[in-house]
Amino acid sequence: MFFPISHAHINPIYLAVVGFIIGILGGFFGVGGSFIAGPALRAMGVDWNFAVGTDLAHIVGKSIVAAKQHRALGNVDLKLGLIMAFGTIAGAECGAQLIQALKRAGNVNTVVSYVAIVVYSGIAAFMLWESRKTLRSAKGRSQRGLIKGAKSKKDHSAFGPVTRSIQRLKIWPMITLPTSGIRISLWTILLVAFVGGVFSGFLGGGAGYIRMPSMVYVLGVPTHLAVGTDLFEIVISASYGTITHAIKGNVDILIALVMHTGAAIGAQIGAVATQYFTGPKIRLAFVPLPLIGAAIVIYTLMTGHKL
Amino acid sequence: MKKQAAKSLRAFAIELAVYSVLVICYFFLVLNLLGNWLYGLESQHRYIYAGVALSLIVGQAVLLDSVTTLLFRLLRGRLK
Repeated sequence: MFFPISHAHINPIYLAVVGFIIGILGGFFGVGGSFIAGPALRAMGVDWNFAVGTDLAHIVGKSIVAAKQHRALGNVDLKLGLIMAFGTIAGAECGAQLIQALKRAGNVNTVVSYVAIVVYSGIAAFMLWESRKTLRSAKGRSQRGLIKGAKSKKDHSAFGPVTRSIQRLKIWPMITLPTSGIRISLWTILLVAFVGGVFSGFLGGGAGYIRMPSMVYVLGVPTHLAVGTDLFEIVISASYGTITHAIKGNVDILIALVMHTGAAIGAQIGAVATQYFTGPKIRLAFVPLPLIGAAIVIYTLMTGHKL
Repeated sequence: MKKQAAKSLRAFAIELAVYSVLVICYFFLVLNLLGNWLYGLESQHRYIYAGVALSLIVGQAVLLDSVTTLLFRLLRGRLK
């Protein structure tokens, strides 16, 4: 099938299958899946700028479906998601400016690649350590037997003491989030969202691989709620990204629409599957995702081929 | 328990098949109709294109979500 906007010939079944895989990952982990979508589009000869913009448009559609499913399961904190959207958009703009500054300095690829490798590997190593430690602890063991995650939304974390001390920081204004069961400073929420946004603008994609763990470990949001709320927040921030990229001529909406036909059903499966896993297990299963991202960057650095 | 799992799997396979047929019809109908119009819009009116692009993806998300939910209900109900 010919897509006239990006001048690419791509099999629509291929796009739907890629969308389906990303949909499952997105619904289960609350990530956009750009580390798969970008290389998958590039492999079909889509230009890099179109791959980034089109991926964002497809993320909007997929996240709506997954967030709706998570909302039905009680996994979305709307208040938290709306607050975070402001911080993410501001951060994404800063990240994009940072990229422009590095472009002018002439070393954007090297800096972005090394930062990505360190960040992705760091997240994977930390989450591996934390989730294993939690599962080995008495509280973690008590969660192992649970089948329905809905019963175990208030999950335990080996990083819990640090999270609680962050929550104790009384910097006005303090926000109560009844759905997540936490009370925390507005500035902490905005800072977490802003950092996620910076990485989104700097490394591309929705940066769910940073925001979802940050929500769990820094804000203390239960894992199931972090996944659902992250998806809701992604709907807003990716919509903003889609508009700005479309104006710059980086979005082939026809490709995004075809990809989304697969993602719509995949996202529902992924969202429903979270019910059958406890928080620490979801976090443990999350570990390979940033590692795949790091592997792609290392491959690009070593071979010079941009995936 | 095994019977129930087999039933769910069967329902899911039928859902996937019906969904695939609907999606293929959608490819040929909607995308062929919209393709040239969107291409023209993208090259001449970027701001309108941006709004239309977002509306299309949001609209499709709502539509497909309704279709899959309806399929789930219909087929699960029949198998029960």
